[in-house]
Amino acid sequence: MSDHPSTYTPKTGIEKWLDARLPILRLAHDSFVDYPTPKNLNYWWTFGGILSLCLGIQIITGVVLAMHYVPHIDHAFDSLERIRRDVNGGWLIQFVHSNGASMFFFAVYIHMFRGLYYGSYKAPREVLWLLGCIIYFLMIATAFMGYVLPWGQMSYYGAVVITNLIGAIPIVGPSILTWLQGGFSVDQATLNRFFSLHYLLPFVIAGVVVLHVWALHVCGQNNPTGVEVKSKEDTVPFTPYATVKDGVAMILFLMLFAVFVFFLPNALGHVDNYVKANPLQTPAHIVPEWYMLPFYAILRAIPDKLIGVIAMFAAIAVIFALPWLDTSKVRSMRYRPVMRWFFVLFVITCCLLGWCGGQLPEDMVFSLGKDTAGHAIGLKVVHLSQILTAYYFAFFLIIMPWIGLKEEPLPVPASISEAVLLNHTKHS
Amino acid sequence: MSPFMTKSLKLLGGLAVAATLGLGMPALAAGGHAKKLQEAEFSFEGPFGTFDQAELQRGYKVYREVCASCHAMNLMSFRNLGQKGGPFYDERYSNPNDNPVVKQIASEFEVAEIDPESGDEVMRKATTSDRFPSPFRNDEAAKASNGGALPPDLSVMAKARHDGANYIYSLLQGYDPEPHGLTVAPGQHYNVYFPGDLTSAWTGDHDKVPAGGVLAMAAPLSDGRVTFDDGTPSTLKNQSRAVAAFIAWTSEPHAIERKQTGVAVLLYLLIFFGITYLAYRQVWRGKH
Repeated sequence: MSDHPSTYTPKTGIEKWLDARLPILRLAHDSFVDYPTPKNLNYWWTFGGILSLCLGIQIITGVVLAMHYVPHIDHAFDSLERIRRDVNGGWLIQFVHSNGASMFFFAVYIHMFRGLYYGSYKAPREVLWLLGCIIYFLMIATAFMGYVLPWGQMSYYGAVVITNLIGAIPIVGPSILTWLQGGFSVDQATLNRFFSLHYLLPFVIAGVVVLHVWALHVCGQNNPTGVEVKSKEDTVPFTPYATVKDGVAMILFLMLFAVFVFFLPNALGHVDNYVKANPLQTPAHIVPEWYMLPFYAILRAIPDKLIGVIAMFAAIAVIFALPWLDTSKVRSMRYRPVMRWFFVLFVITCCLLGWCGGQLPEDMVFSLGKDTAGHAIGLKVVHLSQILTAYYFAFFLIIMPWIGLKEEPLPVPASISEAVLLNHTKHS
Repeated sequence: MSPFMTKSLKLLGGLAVAATLGLGMPALAAGGHAKKLQEAEFSFEGPFGTFDQAELQRGYKVYREVCASCHAMNLMSFRNLGQKGGPFYDERYSNPNDNPVVKQIASEFEVAEIDPESGDEVMRKATTSDRFPSPFRNDEAAKASNGGALPPDLSVMAKARHDGANYIYSLLQGYDPEPHGLTVAPGQHYNVYFPGDLTSAWTGDHDKVPAGGVLAMAAPLSDGRVTFDDGTPSTLKNQSRAVAAFIAWTSEPHAIERKQTGVAVLLYLLIFFGITYLAYRQVWRGKH
């Protein structure tokens, strides 16, 4: 924390010499060794470390892949196969990178839901939350452009669908679209610039991550009780306590990662992306990667294209506004008996929106029978998406402000230490 | 907020959760329109499965004698046939370019080359480093010879379809007789496993539209079509199975290496986890 005095003492001559000129070792010591962390952090708090690991893995594998990848519409698809077939260890690097994107999003969603449940976005952590939202937005952009690079059918048609959304903007839309695509269709110019930006953005993300960690270290971590750290009794030093706990979680996460890379490397992708892009043959069913499906469902839930696009971007924008939408004085939903139910429902809504995003809008969720013309009657995917979209926005714009004012929270412990002791007596 | 209101809100929340789950579940059971694929139970399935080399050799023969007359395999070189895990891998030749079987196979093909003296295109014997020659000079020639349809490249076909190996295996055996009431255009062929919607071509009962679709490829295999050198009976089933296994291998030649590495990686991570967890218990003792 900011008021935490530095305890770093340079031992050797070299360390003393460096400390007087660039106290980088002092910074590292104060940030990752002596930094006090609340002692009641649970495993949901390990995803910050896991996410740094994900970013590192993506950058390292990505840099190696870029040494072999050819950003050309005639060669991109085959160059990926060449990496998988002929580059030494190429199959491993490529599968780690492609599955790594999914793992990255899986971890970031848990990280975000954790922040939402425990109120980690509330004062004084608004800037920390905003920086996190910026990272998430950059991740979406990076992942989208990365998915275009293999130049398979889904790459190509994903790029066509998403860039054309910009064209829905009145007056300036078509000009922006042309500027974005580098021409009048998704083509060589689009692929080349997406490759350039896909290489650039991860380093921008890394920069924002530094700010995110900085902001975190100014306010200190939130914790499951949502009660601020009050005394030294409430904390333990980052090393060894948090490092070893993060280590355990990282290894478990890597095991899940390994199961996908080595045994289900294509399970999270789409088979059509192993068909080379063909601008003359539209696939029957264009879908984004799983981590974009909820937003895709929101887009398609609304019949009007422009309003659909606005809704989709608003669904991301509303997350930025969260610190100012929550009116509750209590941080952690542990002590919010009503809100926690709406939170559970929100998580389920996001998952179901994801499911809807993968279906055709006219498909039936369930049918109750047939009308006289032989058409099925029942709930269509598009209708379910509309209900879920309504809840998604209501959660942020109505439920969050309203419940915060009306709810009677449970008694909040006086300090972290008290909560820990209370937990002990309950279990023994 | 009164306790009554809190209670009712909780109930409402709970009901909504239950309703959402209830709605979601039947939706997950929705199915497709083509007939359910046959399960070949290949040797390479599962985390420990490996390719059956004899089956890959039979599969290569089916590909070469039947499929290759229309379908290219542009990503495959002859040397691949002799690499570790390949149909003609021989441990005496760690460099597949030295493998005499692979050399022999390559020499049976001719490839085009530009003569450096004259600049003319001349034909020469293929070498192990050459790609499998394409059956047609270009896509237009391929379409012209196939009623306007382009026979797709088969290099990664097993990855490019759901449950690819079983799909190829099933499709090749799926040329059932056309049901009465189905209008199939000339040059098209009915197949129960081909994804499609036959509603518009169906004159029978609305509720009984046949499964499957129509495609330009006629049934390529039949009993006795390819003679297997190892004495395996040349049934349609065996040919389909062998060529499906071969295409599964060409789609991902490192699949077995991948799975074997995975077992080692997971074992390593498991031990690493055990040690780190013990360290965690030791460090946190008495702290929470």
